[in-house]
Amino acid sequence: MGAREGEGAPRGTRPAASLWRPGPFAHAERPRVRRVAAFGGIYSNHLALEAAIADARDRGADLLLCLGDLGAFGPSPDRTAETLRAAEIPVVRGNYDDSIARGLDDCQCGYTDPKDNHYARISYDYTLAKTSSEHREWMGGFPGELRFRLGALEVLAVHGSPRRMNEFLWETTTPTHFLGGMIRQAGADVLLGTHTGIHWSRQVGSGAWYVNAGALGRPPNDGNPEVWYAMLEEEGGELKHEFVPVSYAVDDLADEMADEGLPEEFIETIRTGWWTTCLEVLPGKERSRGRY
Amino acid sequence: MARVDLDVLDPPPGGWRAGEGKAREAAGSGEISPAPVPTVPLEALDELWFQVSGTVCNLRCNHCFISCAPDNHSFWFMTREQVREALDDSVELAVKAYYFTGGEPFMNREMEGILADTLALGPATVLTNATLMPRRRARALARLAADSLYTLEMRVSLDGVTREMNDAIRGEGAFDRCIEGTAHLVEAGFLPILTCMRSWPESETDRYLADFRELLAGLGYHQPRIKILPPLLMGEEAKRTRGYEETERITHEMLHGFDLGNLLCRRARLVTARGVQACPILLEAPSARMGDTLAEAASKPVPLAESACFTCYLSGAICSNTGSTTGADR
Repeated sequence: MGAREGEGAPRGTRPAASLWRPGPFAHAERPRVRRVAAFGGIYSNHLALEAAIADARDRGADLLLCLGDLGAFGPSPDRTAETLRAAEIPVVRGNYDDSIARGLDDCQCGYTDPKDNHYARISYDYTLAKTSSEHREWMGGFPGELRFRLGALEVLAVHGSPRRMNEFLWETTTPTHFLGGMIRQAGADVLLGTHTGIHWSRQVGSGAWYVNAGALGRPPNDGNPEVWYAMLEEEGGELKHEFVPVSYAVDDLADEMADEGLPEEFIETIRTGWWTTCLEVLPGKERSRGRY
Repeated sequence: MARVDLDVLDPPPGGWRAGEGKAREAAGSGEISPAPVPTVPLEALDELWFQVSGTVCNLRCNHCFISCAPDNHSFWFMTREQVREALDDSVELAVKAYYFTGGEPFMNREMEGILADTLALGPATVLTNATLMPRRRARALARLAADSLYTLEMRVSLDGVTREMNDAIRGEGAFDRCIEGTAHLVEAGFLPILTCMRSWPESETDRYLADFRELLAGLGYHQPRIKILPPLLMGEEAKRTRGYEETERITHEMLHGFDLGNLLCRRARLVTARGVQACPILLEAPSARMGDTLAEAASKPVPLAESACFTCYLSGAICSNTGSTTGADR
């Protein structure tokens, strides 16, 4: 995507690192776009990412945006980084990216369940070891938030929430009044986030929306291997959005994961669409829709 | 990482206000500490807790940190109207989640109505011993949950994987009644969070977790959610094992570099039938009384004057349903 009139650096972002390819956000003013494709956590699922990029471009998106969490779960994290960089897709910093960039001890997911921690440890140690220093430096330059104009609407894109990078905003645990306060405080019309891995959206008062893009990295615990992203546009001053399913070469990814020695539990999720790990953080309603 | 706001933890210019250093006296230690205790301001009122059945419980557990019992009337039931008033206030204060505790919440006859009011606004969690959970009630609760956009979580307290182990703590017959109630909840479609105080060496936790999973599988519960809590060395538990040592307190030094978000009082308050406390553990601590109204209680910092604060410091987020999500503020 090339630079457009009116595009620019969003408020509050950090200076781009040397490896950051400028893309549409490196200009003086806030970017204005017509149709945006928002990708949630990639979790190293580079095959789903490639399929989603192609799909979003086919659908006429003029901004492709990644909401963070490039690594975890999937194989060969550098492939995801290379794909995002080649496509010049701006990325909002996720907790995983923050941990990998800074070489922290864990992914900052906040699990306390021993089983979840066991798998989170495997995933994190693998991703940290397999991410090149060049990509780690690049991740260190991700901004904590991005702001842009979607037609007449002001959009704030974050990973978790505007106040906390790793805050889970689940559909069944996030009150409308809470979201309303958060969106008002952010001075936005649309708050766009991810972190939970399950897509959902809600209108908050007149005209304001919260949209959780879900994740490209793994299916939303629904027994179907398709993954999802969010497409947003403005029409008549109102937000119009849809969640888009993405089919990709699931078997190829599963083979790559097996070749890399990743746990069978991760592969099962990719193949079946049911979450097998990271279950502790799921609220009861969301968890009861799954198998485990 | 979210770091401590050092300016609120270090003594302010001109020193601490008179009285702050006396918090330990107020806590009942009988002596005045020369050192001022650290205080923690509320960051956001994410969790609003209700002492909905006061200190009244149908059980008399020998580890209860606030000694709840059928005849402990120090705190009385909250009425539906009292809860409703706090719920109204909670909207403006942007509360994210609601928790109900006691005592045994289902001793409160208005509990189902209270949950209906709450679930219209946000997610609710009930901390229950599940011994007052006939099928009819479990089904009624499931209907409330199904009618709401939000989740209704049932946290079931069980303190042993066997009748002998549990009833030694929670009283004769408690195990069987709890298991029956839990089965009713599962049958009604809930995924209860089994909550257990760790009464064994930490090294044996994996074994106990496996035993709990097996126990729950026997009830047809195959997506077990289990939360193991560290013991709080106060109330009845102090008599059963030991109380806190004098050195087990939070000092200013301990808070340097510490993520305050691990402390519940950074993001919660407890509403009772007679005022607002800092957190559900410190129901009876005068130092933790924050005021008559929620707005007043939200505006005041909490003195970390009690020994129980030490457990919160070490373990973090023990009262919330899931682990702390702190540690990565942007």
